[in-house]
Amino acid sequence: MKWYFKLILPAIFIVAWEIAAILINNAFVLPRVGDVLTIFATPFADMFSFGSLAENSVISIYRVSLGFIIACIIAVPLGILLGRYQVFEDFSDGLIQILRPIPPIAWVPLSLAWFGIGLAAIEFIIVIGCIFPILVNTIDGVKRVKRSWIETARIYQANEWQVMNKVIVPAAGPAIWSGLRVGFGIAWMSVVAAEMLPGTPQGLGYLIMQTYGWGQVQAVIAGMIAIGIIGIVMDQFFQFVQKRKFGWEALDK
Amino acid sequence: MTDNDKIWVRVEHSTKKFATRKGEVIALEDVNLEIHDGQFVCLLGPSGCGKTTLLRMIGGLDVPTSGTITIDGKVVDGPSPKMTMVFQEYSLYPWRTVAENVGFGLEMNGVPPEERLAEVMKELKLVGLENFADSYPYELSGGMRQRAAVARALATDPAIMLMDEPFGALDAQTRNKMQRELLNIWQETKKTILFVTHSVDEAVYLADKIVVLTPRPGTVHEIDEIDLPRPRDRTSVEFAQIRKNILHIIEELETGNQNI
Repeated sequence: MKWYFKLILPAIFIVAWEIAAILINNAFVLPRVGDVLTIFATPFADMFSFGSLAENSVISIYRVSLGFIIACIIAVPLGILLGRYQVFEDFSDGLIQILRPIPPIAWVPLSLAWFGIGLAAIEFIIVIGCIFPILVNTIDGVKRVKRSWIETARIYQANEWQVMNKVIVPAAGPAIWSGLRVGFGIAWMSVVAAEMLPGTPQGLGYLIMQTYGWGQVQAVIAGMIAIGIIGIVMDQFFQFVQKRKFGWEALDK
Repeated sequence: MTDNDKIWVRVEHSTKKFATRKGEVIALEDVNLEIHDGQFVCLLGPSGCGKTTLLRMIGGLDVPTSGTITIDGKVVDGPSPKMTMVFQEYSLYPWRTVAENVGFGLEMNGVPPEERLAEVMKELKLVGLENFADSYPYELSGGMRQRAAVARALATDPAIMLMDEPFGALDAQTRNKMQRELLNIWQETKKTILFVTHSVDEAVYLADKIVVLTPRPGTVHEIDEIDLPRPRDRTSVEFAQIRKNILHIIEELETGNQNI
């Protein structure tokens, strides 16, 4: 496949947008492509006193990273424990299955009630959003570690800690990593949603909501595109590491 | 074959029952077996006769329902450092290089890296993989993978090697080559080997002693001493005669079982 093949559809999309914008001729509904690109050309320029695109992006990335790291610190060790010891999984499975389908946005009222408006509420929503895919993938990865790999370690007198550390964690590594990848995607969506809450200072979600209030749709679209681009870059990072560190999984049959 | 009459493994009246959905299954019943120092013993029997279960119990991975198994006089209560096991399926760690795999047992026992590397290279040389130390298992052929598994087993210098159909998944040519190499290693290292197989040919080629198990519930039907000189010639009349006799016994055991 030629490299430009993937670019054909986005190009058609942009052309269609531009034609539609000209026909509609109303910047409050659909601005011209050029108006949005202007914002990307000056990413550090303040927008209507709501801060610059770059500044708000950095804030959102910081928030998502914080929540994501907290979720990892909780979910990965917990998932290893639940995957390794059936009794813990049986004990907690009911609760996990009930909580898992609740979308992060449904936690908004409670998070506001518990933490008030501010960073804590946002982080809570991010953690709730991404903890389950990480947890479930980790449990699954640990459970699917081949029995002969664990028995080989036991034959060589490995203690339980060594079995965990030298066999189970590396063997489940690819599954854990793909859980992190999915989890980060959800965390990123959660942070933008959480930032749209009234009273949130800064962030891409905030930028979108505030500029919309002022009828600046080109800024709204620029914010959305920034969200998409950051999402792709992060996902590419996860895929890159997957190939470099866990390539053995695909090659090993 | 050996003057040393030390008994490494002693299985006494060992029975293994499994609970299944269809009720209790007796995998092994009243098995008695002795393995002397330096012997190459093959456990032979039809599939499902419990030979792998017996090997796993000796290896400390399974516990007999009744009876006792001792290694060097001590009752087995888990994997013993005197013993190691080579599995049928490919059990190398794919995230580790060949050298890291071979050094795994030493690493678990706290051997420092430099010392480990020297030992690993020695074993790799013995199995002819010295040029593949930094390769990953998925870069190796099936035969080379099992060679690496044998090297890993040898690295911790166990007295006894348990081998569960280690060449079962290999093509006939590779398999014959591996058998020859294993005999060389055995003669060089003077290990005691307990080798599970369902191939009569393999057992007659390798073993000092063939333990024939009956179909389920598995029990020792007979023990044959094979005193053909090595290297054995598969095309010789004597080899063919022994193989024929054992094949005949196994066939009888299987039809006998069907009549029940």
